[in-house]
Formats: sequence, structure tokens, C-alpha cells
Amino acid sequence: MNTDIAFVQTETIPPSPPPSSAIGPSKWIKDNLFSSIPNTILTIVTIWLIYTVLMQVVPWVANGVWTTSSLTECREVLQGKTGACFSVLSERWNQILYGFKYPVDSYWRPNLALVLLAFAAAPVMFFDLPRKMLIFTALYPFIAFWLIWGGTILGPLVALLGFVAGGYTFKTLSMKSFAAGFFGAIAAAFAIWIIGGALIPETASENAWLSPVPSRDLGGFMLNLMLGVTCVSLSLPLGVALALGRQSNMPLIKGISVVFIEFVRGVPLITLLFVASVMLAYFFPPDSTVDLFLRVVIMITMFSAAYIAEVIRGGLAALPKGQYEAADSLGLDYPQAMRLIILPQALKISIPGIVNVAVGLFKDTTLVSVISMFDLVGMIRGPILASTEWNGVYWELLGFAALLFFIVCYGISQYSQWLERRLATDHR
Amino acid sequence: MKKSVIFGAATVACLSAGAAAAGTLDDVKARGKLNCGVTTGVVGFSAPNAEGVWEGFDVDVCRAVAAAVLGDSTAVEFVPTTPKTRFTALSAGEIDMLSRVTTWTLSRDADLKFTFVGVNYYDGQGFMVPKELGVSSAKELDGATVCIQTGTTTELNLADFFRSNNISYEPVPIETVAEAQQQYLAGSCDVFTTDASQLASTRATFETPGDHTILGDIISKEPLGPTVRHGDDEWADVVRWSYNTLVAAEELGITSANIATLAGEKTDNPEINRLLGHEGSMGEMLGLDADWAVRIISAVGNYGESFERHLGGQSAIGLARGLNALWTEGGLQYSPPVR
Amino acid sequence: MSTLTDPPKESFRLSMLIYDTRYRSLTFQVIAALVLALSFWFLGNNLIQNLRAAGLNISYSFLGDTSGYDINQVLIDYDSQSTHLRAAIVGVLNTLLVAFFACLTATVFGVIAGVLRLSNNWLVAKVMSVYVEIFRNIPVLIWIIIIFTIMTAVLPGPRAFRGDNATSSMVLDLFAFTNRGIYIPSPQFESGLFASAGLNWLLVIAFLIGSWFATRRVAAWATAKQEKTGERPSTLFINLAIWFVPFVLLMLIMGLTWDVPALKGFNFQGGIKVGGPLIALWFALSIYTGAFIAENVRAGIQAISKGQTEAASALGLRQSRVMNLVVLPQALRVIIPPLISQYLNITKNSSLAIAVGYADITATLGGITLNQTGRAIECVLLLMLFYLTISLLISVVMNFYNNAVKLRER
Repeated sequence: MNTDIAFVQTETIPPSPPPSSAIGPSKWIKDNLFSSIPNTILTIVTIWLIYTVLMQVVPWVANGVWTTSSLTECREVLQGKTGACFSVLSERWNQILYGFKYPVDSYWRPNLALVLLAFAAAPVMFFDLPRKMLIFTALYPFIAFWLIWGGTILGPLVALLGFVAGGYTFKTLSMKSFAAGFFGAIAAAFAIWIIGGALIPETASENAWLSPVPSRDLGGFMLNLMLGVTCVSLSLPLGVALALGRQSNMPLIKGISVVFIEFVRGVPLITLLFVASVMLAYFFPPDSTVDLFLRVVIMITMFSAAYIAEVIRGGLAALPKGQYEAADSLGLDYPQAMRLIILPQALKISIPGIVNVAVGLFKDTTLVSVISMFDLVGMIRGPILASTEWNGVYWELLGFAALLFFIVCYGISQYSQWLERRLATDHR
Repeated sequence: MKKSVIFGAATVACLSAGAAAAGTLDDVKARGKLNCGVTTGVVGFSAPNAEGVWEGFDVDVCRAVAAAVLGDSTAVEFVPTTPKTRFTALSAGEIDMLSRVTTWTLSRDADLKFTFVGVNYYDGQGFMVPKELGVSSAKELDGATVCIQTGTTTELNLADFFRSNNISYEPVPIETVAEAQQQYLAGSCDVFTTDASQLASTRATFETPGDHTILGDIISKEPLGPTVRHGDDEWADVVRWSYNTLVAAEELGITSANIATLAGEKTDNPEINRLLGHEGSMGEMLGLDADWAVRIISAVGNYGESFERHLGGQSAIGLARGLNALWTEGGLQYSPPVR
Repeated sequence: MSTLTDPPKESFRLSMLIYDTRYRSLTFQVIAALVLALSFWFLGNNLIQNLRAAGLNISYSFLGDTSGYDINQVLIDYDSQSTHLRAAIVGVLNTLLVAFFACLTATVFGVIAGVLRLSNNWLVAKVMSVYVEIFRNIPVLIWIIIIFTIMTAVLPGPRAFRGDNATSSMVLDLFAFTNRGIYIPSPQFESGLFASAGLNWLLVIAFLIGSWFATRRVAAWATAKQEKTGERPSTLFINLAIWFVPFVLLMLIMGLTWDVPALKGFNFQGGIKVGGPLIALWFALSIYTGAFIAENVRAGIQAISKGQTEAASALGLRQSRVMNLVVLPQALRVIIPPLISQYLNITKNSSLAIAVGYADITATLGGITLNQTGRAIECVLLLMLFYLTISLLISVVMNFYNNAVKLRER
């Protein structure tokens, strides 16, 4: 080995740190913001846009006035400066959230119902929770109904009993035949409802523990939430039925489902609400009038059922044919195959789609303001903006409404994305 | 009251049965509540206040009927209606009466089958313009952009007026007063047109009301009044005379202040005695009791008091009585004799 | 020796209706038909009784009556003496107009936002996700109202253009941006070849279509030559000539002039006016739906597996050709079906025009006509019929497309 070389570096040169342009924030900035000329232009334009928007919004929010009692006073306080008049929110928050007629001392009732909703929805939304919690979910509609509308507890109790009786009848009779169980359950439930309804004394509501609140007094954001939750949960079973109906090989059932789904999906929700507000009253028996809230719930439920049916149909179609054949080869009949094999899988794939429909529907509940219901938007466009004190406060109110919806819808859509990732069991 | 149980528990809360066919009066008595159709918010006529209590000139008519029939002026379920939903709500029996700035026209009377029981406010369609435009007559509005509040006879009157004067305009129909006013103030229309009373009430809420002027031209007759369904004359009579009582009380000088003393004992004036039930059996003829008028006046006062409270000097709107003064004072308000 | 005998012929029993699969579906359908017929009878009977009690009837004769109201944006001749039917047609055309333009711009917004969201510029990608999330999660009704309010508040009224110390002025003296709408110069033909303006425009369109076909021919010729000689001739100047020479000549012959809007009286006169409500609704619908389309576009592009891009690059294709020839054709298959249903949503959401005073079908037939005549049932039925027709037409188109692009599986 030749060692006559004058100089040999015997130890390794320590690696020098990367040039400052290739590490740390500056590299990140270079790579992510100024990697090429078009990118640089884009970045500068975007920064300018953000700056302009912020320059408009920040002083407006920062100078906001929270304590005056009318817009005129706000203007006096601001004395020509840019600034928001948030006083309308601090003075009318209760009307914006609950409508103007819900009794003030009963605000805890819808609040409690909302908190309980979280518990009722949890086992449906997160599969890891113990399945026993579903019992509370099943009880929740009756509790919420009683909390929000108040009145006698006998009403919801009878309704609950009807369902329990129906379920029991189904369980016993469906051993022999699904059809017998199905129709028997309906008969049993109706029997309980009719007998129970007749037994409840008419004066039961008058001195009940929770004072009764007519549904016309519901309003504000609470109304949007209630319409959204009620209609989505009611439309789920209906949507499943429609989706199965559309896949059925009985031409009449298939025909009815297709016509219903296509009809409802073909018209805007607002025309269906017109039907609820101006037409539906003519279709009920002459000696009865059905409350506007119920009519709107019926129409929105039909609307969302059609969309959910399409989502579930997608789920059914996505199942491999082998699943159907496997169910058949096990000798299961149609209801059993659906209940045990097909629907659990199909529903699972459809959940993200259903959640999307639910978000869309929740946003669409603002349309009820067009037919004289005082939901969040209705309260703002109607009583609040028409009042002499707050005439002309647009941005604060609309911004607040937008914020409320954003929080709820963004939350749900984040959940949906989480769920989608969780359910993605396939490997791509 | 027939109670049909269809939807189990939902029935109790939601499905209230009320007869549309016969006997609205009996239905209201049995229900213990009067369903009265109002607007979704027109300050002065019917609008919920900060506490959520409905108040206004039209609301007082509802309260008067409730006081007469049920003995309680708060036993009213106010049903907000839009121009679109109001007629269906009435014909389908959802409401017992409509007291909602509704103009009495032949087609509504004959074709839509409603009975207008009187005129509680004589209105007319007017125009509001900014002073800086320098317009003094509606005929100078050639080529102007006009904001209209939709859903009343407003569009028709406007089209007729501009057509008969052979001038052009551009209509901008807006659903709610609040939005129409915002458009008008931002200058996206030159003129705002609706009933003159509403113009005044809108202008009262402006930052600088003095910069806007309501033109003298009144282009239509808008007799606004409470409405009931055709075919139930007993009920129409009750509503009609509840309203007439308000006017008669003002004619006779009965107010909410002196009603207690006047009701207590018989007076020398036979007209007052008949109205307040000391003489004759006026209440019975209507299917009510003798004190019906006393309750009305104690609850809402007379016509003049109600007017002052909601539209006149005591309110932010500050309308003059004008056509709505009593006939004895040069106006048109006149009650048929109570006898 | 055993003989096979037929199983004993079962006589028909009533229980077979439920237990025998041969009859069961029939039973269910009969029950369904009965229930359906009963409910129709119930509803119809109630309707008849209620109408009789109220003394009303169902009649469409009001459509022939004079409407009596004016509309601010009409695409066909209409005045207050026209019939309600004509008012409804005006509304139909206005609905189609705003829906058509909103579909175009929503696609543009959506594609830009969808592509930029995948950009490697961090800031731009974030801003685009903020845009998408904000617009997707707030109701469209609130957006329509907010944008209409912004427009009226930010743009000046025509009054601001008047006088010596006007606070606003026209852009280039050609365009006026006011809160009543945007006024743009309109082209006019002084010596048109036909008497009616419509025919003249038709001629212009015919020329443009002719130019387009000519450029197609040129491209085909260029390709043929490229395949023969391996060299593609430059077609740029030829194409420019084909597009512009006949067009400019035609304009010169027909004497093109511009009708520039000018402030006269209360409003700008002349030119083309794009009304404020139309702009607000158009913009609101496009930017709202654009957020949804952006998500579809992003999903479509991400759905193309990386192998495809890599394979294309391995073949030596340039970046732009990879996009055009490999990624986009496959992504479109994923993007287009949801895109068409977004178009359907735009059409249906345009019914919210009543919130801004745009005269679409819901505002004319379902609004003023309904209020004036009180014929609620008739008007709402017609309204639903219209939207249903449009939706079914769009679904037919969609089915054709789906069948055309369906992966042919062997």
C-alpha cells in the first residue's frame, strides 16, 4: 500500500449544514410559495387579496359595538368610524336562536334536548361505543318531543308504547312469517295509539309539569336544527324502503318507487314547501287542520327520503353480486337476506353519502323562511330587520347566521371525512 | 271539538281539529283560542316586539274579536302569513280570520270567496323618493327604477298608473320591506312604492328621514280590512261588529279610561247603553253575551286610541288620521248604528 | 321398478298467497295497488270536498287573462297587457338564462378551484380549501342574500355618475358598473343584410360556425401531412386568417357600430343592461356551486391512479400531453356525472331568485301571478311540472353520456 502521498485526510469531514436556502422556513417558502414564476405571481396576488379582505373586516369587527339598544345609538357611538353593530346580537340572541315566541324560562328544555341529542347520536356515529347505548337513541325521540313541546307526558308515552307493542308483535309473529309480523306489528301499534289517544284526557296538557308549547312558537336556529334532525331521521327508514323498492322485481312496487324518487328529485325544495304551505291544507280531511310545522316536516322528509334512497341504492349496487347469491344459497328468504346480509353492508358504505345529504338538507331548512316560518333566516329577514331599532343591520346578522351554519355543517362534514377514512378498508 | 286520532301522540300536539264547514264561532269558543292571520312583520300594523308579543293596528282587531268571543284579548294564536299563503290559510280553515293589510277588491270578494267585514284603514299607494332627485310629482318619474313590495295589488296599480300616463319605468319586486328599503337607500332604485302608511312607517326608521319625501300622488284606493271566509255569516257578523264597536266607541266617546265607570252603571245615552249591554240584547243576537263590547273596549280601547298607539302620534310612525278620521271630523270611518 | 309419479297436484289454498313465492309478489302488488288507489281516492276526495266547502274550483283559464304587472327583465315581447301565460313564459326563459350562465361560470370556478387546490403552492391550495369549505357549508339562500347586499352596498347608484363632482365614472367611457346592473355597449348593424336584427346575428353565427369547420379541415390537413412527412406545418396564421378575415369583412359590410350606454334621466340608457338581480343570482349560484364542482374535479383527478401518470411519462409524453391525453380523459368519466347533477342543482336553486327580485318562473308564475289570482294549486302544479320537465331532460342527457363512456367490460 502506497503511503507516500503527502497529505491524506484521515478523518471524515463533518457534513456541513445545508445552505440556508435549502432548509428551514426559507426552503419551505421557496418550495411552496415561490417555486416558479407563475407560482410567485399566484402567491403575490393571493397575499394581496387576503390583505384587502382583512383590511376591510378587521377594523369593522374590532370597532364593533356590543352594548347599545338600537342601530341609531350604535351610529352615535361609532361617530362615523367603520364598525359593526353587534348589539343586535347581544340584544336579540334569544330570538335568533329560539324564535320570538318560545317561552324564555323554558330555554333549558331545547338546550337539554340538544345535549341529549349528542348522547343519542353518539352510538350511531361512533361504532366503538357500547351497543347498549342504542336503547337511549331509541328513546330519544320521545324524550326530545316531550322536552321541546312540553304538555302531558302521556302523549309520548303512548306513542312509545305503540312502538314497543309493534316491535314485540313483530318479534313473536315474524318467527312464522315476515309478512304476518309486519302487518301484525302495524295493527298492534295502531291499536295502542288509538286506544291510548282516546284515554288521554283532553285537559291533561293544561297543568302538566312542562308547559305545552305550540309548534308555531318554535323558531330561530332551533327550528332549523329540529327540522334537520327530525326530517333526516324520519327519512332514513323511508329512504331504505324506497331504495329496496327501486331494486325490487315487482313491477308495480318498482314503478311507484321510481316515480316517487324521480318526481321529488326533479323539483326544487321550494316548490314542495309551497305545496306544504298553500296546497297540502286542501288534501287533509275537511274537518281537520294540520299544523304548518307537521306539513313542512312531511314535505322535507319526502324530499330527503328520495335523496337518501338514491345514496342507499348506490350502496346496494356497490355490493358484489356474490353477497346476494351467498344469502340465497344459505336459504335465507328476502327479509332475512336483507336484514342480515345486504343492508348492514350497504348502509355502511352509504353512510358518508347519507351524511352529505343530511348536511345539504340541514342547509336547505333555511328555505322555510320563504313560507312565513321564523327560522334563523326568517327571524332575520322578518321581525328583526323590520323592527324600528334594528332596521338596517345586515352584515352582523347575516354574518352570524352564516357562522352558525358553518360551525355545524363543517363539523358534520369533518366527521363524514373521518368516517370515510375509517370505512376505507380496501387497498388501492 | 272533534278530535281525530290519526298520528298517535303527534296528534295531541299537532293535529288540532277545527271545522271549516260550519260554525266558526262555535269552533273558536270550543278551542278557546282565536287563530288570526297577520303579516310576518309590518311595523304599526302587525309585528312582534322585542319581547315577542304581537302588536299593531291589525293585531288590535284580532284582540278585539278574541275579547268579544272568548273574554280574553290574549287568547289569540297569531299565524304569520305571506302574501302567498294568506288566502289559502283562510280558505283551508287554518285561520279563522285574516287581519293583514289586505285590500278589498271585487275578485277577492267574489272569485276567492272571502267576505271583507269592513275597512279598518283607508290607504292608497304612494311613492317615496330621495329629496335630492328634485321630483315633485309621480308623473316626472319617466324612466325611473321602482322598488315594489310584492304580493299586494301594488304591482297592478303601478303598471296601470305608468301605462295610463304613458311613461316608462323599471320594476324591482322585493319580498320583504327590510330588503326593499335597503335597495332604496343604497340607490339601486329611485323610488319606493307601497301603501302610503307603510311608506311613512318605513321612513320613520331611516337614519335621516328628512332626506326623503313621500309624493302627494296617491295612485290607488286601498281599503284594508279584516277578512273571513264566505258562507259563515254568523262569524262574519261577530268580526264585523267587533270592529264596528271600536269605531262606535270613538263616536260615542267611550275610551279604555272611562269604560269601567260607563260599564258599571246605566247612562243617559241610550246608544251607549245598547252598546255596553245595559239595554236590549245586542250581544245575544250575535251569539255572545251582554258584556262583549265592554271587554273589547277595555282590552284595546276605541278606534282612535288604537290608531294613536300604533300609527299616530304616540308611535314612531306618526301618521295623521286623514281619511281614517271619524266621519264627523271629515274622515271616512263610520259605524252603522248599534240597534 | 319404480315409476315417478307427479307430486299430488296441490289445490289452491288461500295461505299460498303469502307463503308461495309464485303468488307472493302478486299479493304484495295487489295490496300496494289497493293502498295507492285508496290514498289517491282519499286525497282526491278531500280536495273535492274542501274546494266545494270553500266554493272554489280548479281552472286554468286565468292563464289567458291579462296579467296586469310589468317585469323588469324580458327576453320576449311582454307588457302589462300580456297574459299570465306569457308572463310564465318570460319567467321560464329567465330561469333558463340564469341557469345556463351559472352552469358555465360555476364550471369555470370549480375547475380553477379544484385544480388550484391540488397546486403545490401552499398558500393558494389553502385559500382554495377555505373557499370550498366556506361555500359548501353555508346555505345558498344566505349566500344569495349576502351577495345581493354586497352588490347594492358596494357598487354606486346611477346618481353617483351625475353632475360635475360625480363620485363615479364609467370604465373607459364604455362600461357602467352600477348597483342596478352593469351596462355594456351593444353592437348594432347600420346596413344589415336583412331587415331584422335577429337574422343579421344569425348570419354572424353562421359565419363563425363556417370558420370553425374550416379550421377543423386545416387541422386534418396538417395531421395528414404530419403523418406523411413527419413534420407538422404551422397552422397558426392560416387559422387566424380563417377566423378573422371573413368576420371583419362581414362587420364592415354590415356597418358595425356600438351603442354606448349614457346616463339619461334616472338611469343609463342604451347598450345592454345586465340587471343587478341577475348578476347577484348568477354570481351567487356560480360561486356556491363552483365549490361543489371543485370537490368533484379534485376527486376526479385524484381518482386516476399514479401508475397512469407514470406510465404516460415513461412513454416520453410531455407534462401537458400527459394531462390532456391520459389523465383528463379518464378523470372526466368520474367528473362529468356529478357535474351534471350539479347543473341540475343550479337549475333548481335558481328558484331562490325571489329572494333578490329576479323574475324567474317561481317569481312570475309562482309569485306575482299566484298572489294576484289566488290560484295556488294550479300555479304550484304548473311550477312543479316545469322543473320536472327540465330535470328529466337533464337526466336523459346524463344517461346518454353514462352509456357512452361506460367501461366496456369483457
